[in-house]
Amino acid sequence: MQQSVLELDHAAVRLGGRTVWSDVSLSVAPAEFVAILGPNGAGKSTLLKALLGVVPLSEGTATVLGKPVRRGNDAIGYLPQRRRFDPDLRIRAVDLVWLGLDGGRWGFPLPSSETGRRVAEIIDLVGATDYSERPIGELSGGEQQRILIAQALVSGARMLALDEPLESLDLNNQQAISELIRSICRRQGVTVLLVAHDINPILPFVDRVIYVAGGHVLCGTPEEVIRTDTLSRLYGAPIEVLHASDGRIVVVGQYEPVSHHPEDH
Amino acid sequence: MPDLLQYQFMQNAYAAGTLVALLAGVAGYFIVLRGQSFIAHTLSQIGFPGAAAAALLHISPVAGLLAFCGAGAVAIGAAGRDLDAGDRRESAAVGSILALALGLGILFVRLYGGSAQSVYAFLFGTILGITQRDVLLTVVVVLAGIGALAAIGRPLLFASVDPVVAEARGVPVRSLSFAFLLVVALSVAVTVQIVGTLLIFALLVAPPAAALQLTAHPAFGVIASVALSVAVTWAGLALAYYTDFPVGFYITTLAFGVYAGARLRRAL
Repeated sequence: MQQSVLELDHAAVRLGGRTVWSDVSLSVAPAEFVAILGPNGAGKSTLLKALLGVVPLSEGTATVLGKPVRRGNDAIGYLPQRRRFDPDLRIRAVDLVWLGLDGGRWGFPLPSSETGRRVAEIIDLVGATDYSERPIGELSGGEQQRILIAQALVSGARMLALDEPLESLDLNNQQAISELIRSICRRQGVTVLLVAHDINPILPFVDRVIYVAGGHVLCGTPEEVIRTDTLSRLYGAPIEVLHASDGRIVVVGQYEPVSHHPEDH
Repeated sequence: MPDLLQYQFMQNAYAAGTLVALLAGVAGYFIVLRGQSFIAHTLSQIGFPGAAAAALLHISPVAGLLAFCGAGAVAIGAAGRDLDAGDRRESAAVGSILALALGLGILFVRLYGGSAQSVYAFLFGTILGITQRDVLLTVVVVLAGIGALAAIGRPLLFASVDPVVAEARGVPVRSLSFAFLLVVALSVAVTVQIVGTLLIFALLVAPPAAALQLTAHPAFGVIASVALSVAVTWAGLALAYYTDFPVGFYITTLAFGVYAGARLRRAL
């Protein structure tokens, strides 16, 4: 068994002449569920893209499953941050999952029975069988999210990189998708990195959090990281962590609060 | 044999029309799926200055068509879509390129001192006056075009519907976009002188758009697109033979009817 699925060593990323974050060292164990948190523009999505090999590191090293990062790694299933699919995009949900399996191969699109079985299995696993034959653009936000998780998993991913999969979902769907991700993580032994704008819907499920702010990164359990003193040091500015009576956490400071507001993106 | 196929010119028209419809059905499926109807319009018009320039320089029209359609595809590919920019930038770039191309066409026609007749022939084609050599040339281009699309079909489909994930999975999204434009441009360049820009454009957009309204299944979509494309071409040629109206009118009207019918069927 491997020691860690993911390892960053003194990593930094520069984009357009600006250092997004630097001196990032962390490791993630197999089958861990890790949330990536932080204010808008802090570089949460960039962290995922660096692990996918889409954004190059300017310093340090990153390894995934013991190998240096590279683009097109089947071991990582990626769900990018996006709005919903165009309602007029005329392709079935099942085709999107199937493209996740062999869409990179050359040749005319003709599915085989073997890939068909694999696609059907994964769609069943995420509970999307009932609507998988419908055009993707006609599905609800929660249904699209399940299909996209299936697409990310279908090539046998050992790690899921999910960029804001709960965004634009209602509370019930946020809960249902969080539970689905947690169950995939535990039952299939898949490591999950999930970028979230709001910690609260996933707080009951995550093992650890990676907090990105002020060009630096902190990693630990939610109790260790999401504290007034720790976050104030990370931001380099006074930050206050409030615990509501219903168990919700609200981070307040000169930056925008890491909590849910309907108008946020 | 039905009497409309007694004549050599009708046999040639049916052969070339069917071949062009096959290619347009396949290429058009991707054009409509990718939201590039405006590009299809531009690439079918951009041959106009090419053909006019060739007349001016006394070289083969094919050379002018290939040069202008190829350059148009490269320009659109270079200035056009980006993963994140959507197709707004592409649409603006394509519109500007099309305007320039038509302006150059007017200039070349004036310099050549040619009549409006040659422009008319180019725009509306001469499918009822083509030779067996034209048919052979069409066979070669259509086989090469369909072969190229078959080779890049699967990653092109991925890049067309889900470019961000396709790129992360190692699919060369931008190169595919370029390759697709070049295949369409070169196919159009050779077939446009045979069937005319109007027919190419009509077949590249309306039948595939109708097919995509009828099914969201990719394989069935391509088959339906080809079938509709061939059907409107055959019917258009037959109607033009038995009546006195232009074939271009019939094929575009039938193509429009098929698209409108498919939209209505889905709406109901």
